[in-house]
Amino acid sequence: MLLLELGMLGVFVSLDLFLFYVFWEAMLIPMYFIIGIWGGERKIYAAIKFFIYTMGGSLIMLVAIIWLAIHASKDLGAFTTDLLQLYSVAPLFNLSIQSYLFIAFGISFAIKVPLFPFHTWLPDAHVEAPTAGSVILAGVLLKMGTYGMLRFNLPLFPDASINFASFMSILAIIGIIYGALVAMVQTDMKKLVAYSSVAHLGFVILGIFAMTEEAIQGAIIQMINHGLSTGALFLLVGMIYERTHTRDISYYGGIAKVVPIFSFYLMIVSLSSIGLPGLNGFIGEFLILLGSFKSTVLNSWWYTVFAASGVILAAVYLLWMYKRVVFGRVLNEKLEELTDLNKREIFVLVPIVIFVVWIGIYPSTFLKVSETYTNNVLEKVFEPPKAELK
Amino acid sequence: MISSIQEFYSIIPLIIIAGIILVSVTLEMFTEKSEQSIAWLSIVAFLITGIYSITFVDQTGVTLQGMLATGGIVNIFWFIFNVCAAIVCLLSIDYIEKYGSNFGEYYIIIQTSLLGMMLIAGSKDLILIFLGLEIMSIAFYVLAGFNRTRTSANEAALKYFLLGAFATGFLVYGIALIYGKATTTSIDLISTNFSTLSSNVLFLAGVLLFLIGFSFKIAAFPFHMWVPDVYQGSPTTVTGLFSTAGKAAGFSALIVTFAALFGGSESHLFTPYLSAIAVFSMLYGSIVAIMQSDIKRMLAYSSIAHAGYMIIGLAAGNNLGVAGIIFYLAVYSFMNLATFGIISIIEGKDESNLDIDSYAGLGTRSPVIAGLLALMMFALAGIPPFGGFFGKYYVFIAAIDADLTWLAIVGIIASVISVYFYLRIVVVMYFKSSELVEKPQYSFREMFAVMISVLLVIILGLAPGSLIDLITSFL
Repeated sequence: MLLLELGMLGVFVSLDLFLFYVFWEAMLIPMYFIIGIWGGERKIYAAIKFFIYTMGGSLIMLVAIIWLAIHASKDLGAFTTDLLQLYSVAPLFNLSIQSYLFIAFGISFAIKVPLFPFHTWLPDAHVEAPTAGSVILAGVLLKMGTYGMLRFNLPLFPDASINFASFMSILAIIGIIYGALVAMVQTDMKKLVAYSSVAHLGFVILGIFAMTEEAIQGAIIQMINHGLSTGALFLLVGMIYERTHTRDISYYGGIAKVVPIFSFYLMIVSLSSIGLPGLNGFIGEFLILLGSFKSTVLNSWWYTVFAASGVILAAVYLLWMYKRVVFGRVLNEKLEELTDLNKREIFVLVPIVIFVVWIGIYPSTFLKVSETYTNNVLEKVFEPPKAELK
Repeated sequence: MISSIQEFYSIIPLIIIAGIILVSVTLEMFTEKSEQSIAWLSIVAFLITGIYSITFVDQTGVTLQGMLATGGIVNIFWFIFNVCAAIVCLLSIDYIEKYGSNFGEYYIIIQTSLLGMMLIAGSKDLILIFLGLEIMSIAFYVLAGFNRTRTSANEAALKYFLLGAFATGFLVYGIALIYGKATTTSIDLISTNFSTLSSNVLFLAGVLLFLIGFSFKIAAFPFHMWVPDVYQGSPTTVTGLFSTAGKAAGFSALIVTFAALFGGSESHLFTPYLSAIAVFSMLYGSIVAIMQSDIKRMLAYSSIAHAGYMIIGLAAGNNLGVAGIIFYLAVYSFMNLATFGIISIIEGKDESNLDIDSYAGLGTRSPVIAGLLALMMFALAGIPPFGGFFGKYYVFIAAIDADLTWLAIVGIIASVISVYFYLRIVVVMYFKSSELVEKPQYSFREMFAVMISVLLVIILGLAPGSLIDLITSFL
């Protein structure tokens, strides 16, 4: 777990592409073991699928990194993978080269996010991983993909990014709607949450590629939100699973009377995931929708319309699940004996809920932090460094 | 022959090894129970030679009337060979005891093969390459069949011998054709006249035959047929030697001959051929390895695939590529030695426990061994931050720098495929349980040898620059 932490911190602080890559890959190993050793029934399949999928994507990125570094070395004078130096050179490449590099980086990040149609490893990995693994996966690992898009794809390849923006947004929207529809028909709670992840991250991608200040701010907030809400959902599912050893929705029903505290937390977290105003999910989704509506790059309000339908679908599948699990009659006698959350579990959930409400009511604490960076990225995209006349 | 004391100093490593062969033979003849003493004598000699080579690495020169180069990358190769041989000997003491074939000759033959390899790496003359190669190969044929009572070992030795002799035929024929046109066997003279010579078809055919001869030695597709059987049938520690020092020796010959030609514009003449065998080796090795159930066979195919990655560096035909290959060879040698060392520990009498399934539950049975093996599997698969990754990284850089990006992409596809079979070992060890309760028994020296190799892989992964800078400074 600590190794994983090391890798993750490394990924987010690296200012060197090569170092970034090393951490990015090194992180696979601990995650692989977490899924493989402590996972569920199909753990081996899930672990290998996770590993090979991610590895395949990231090796393509490696080639792109090397290519970039070699070709940039002509202008920079030395072979370097220093990100800050590459920022000044990479945007000067012509559009087709930028596009190839964009695709190479993009595939790697898209697999990690995961963006439709590269999402198939995610449900397997999530369902088979132990609760802690799922939380880390949802909370942090997936964010590496979106972070990568924001940190590398946009500033390094601005022209290609603008070119691909609508394509990526369409994929994101397919992800939103597809994820939501598939989540709706799941009978396994964890799988449902996993597919809701696909939908939520679709929003993040849409936000990034709408390329307006609001949208990117929203995307950043949405990344945090997703970590909080989905992480908490996985925790709650894991907690109930520990007691009953099943995640089958049809097994449950009417547990509100038996475990009121659990039901209360599940309520708050589900609502935050749906995007109820006053909780965090709303802020992120609203900003993204607002941003994509105003976006000059996408230049069409249809994106917003379709994306917004995802919000409704999220309400449908989450509330429906909530209704089936928590309300109604007690279907199963064994459920009568359920014990409610203990102090340790509440202690885990309370900080999450505090942040959920905090972001929901007063988001500017967080928005201020990300504001400078957002403007920085946008500046790099729309005003790329010009070639100096020689 | 030797005109100055300086030249004498530079060939001390060769003298030590040649001397130790004579001493060991005498010892074997006149004393009983000499195996142990010869083994330790060899290890000490190898370590002294290795350390000597790396200490005087910057004293480059040519000796023996222009026949032998010393210093620089030659000494780096000598260092690699000697360390590999020392580790192999350390592992062998317990291993060959298991098969009841603990004879002193075993170490003497390893010493002999080492002398051959060292000659190859330093050759400045085609004849010397041939001589070194034969010394090495004949020693290898014997080693392959060292477990005399086993049919699989006999099969391995015979197969290796027949196909090896065939490949040597190609090599000699190639050298003959080259000599026929160039009227010299000196590599330096050939490379100065290369641009005029390369217009001659017979000369080019000679170079191609030479290349084919060595493609066999480095186990590249389509000259790989002997690899799985020989790797499987030979004693495991010997397989370790074949796949590390033996392969490195083959590559060193290609590097000394082709590095001489890299300067001219014709250096890319053989890029299509080299690219093709690189692509096929990588893909074929990786794909076929998936289907293997015997761990030694699997590693044999993985060895074919790794030869493919290294050939990328040759195909790129630049200094980056050469440096990449040498780095790759060093890392690959240590990875393979650790892996084969662990296999030889786990292997029971009568070639049992070689099936991948017999590794089930090793993670709980023997966490240390399983942990080290898992580490090596990740390293072989090329996952950072282990050394294996940087080997690939450097050859890919070379390929992209030489505008062979497609070759790097094929390399990546092969790497992704190879992840599957390397991880299968990890899966079996950790995620599958078995009824087996026996713990592999190992002695301190075996573990020490494995630990040293693993440590070197990790060090090369954390500080790849130290070695790559050293290599680059001599190119």
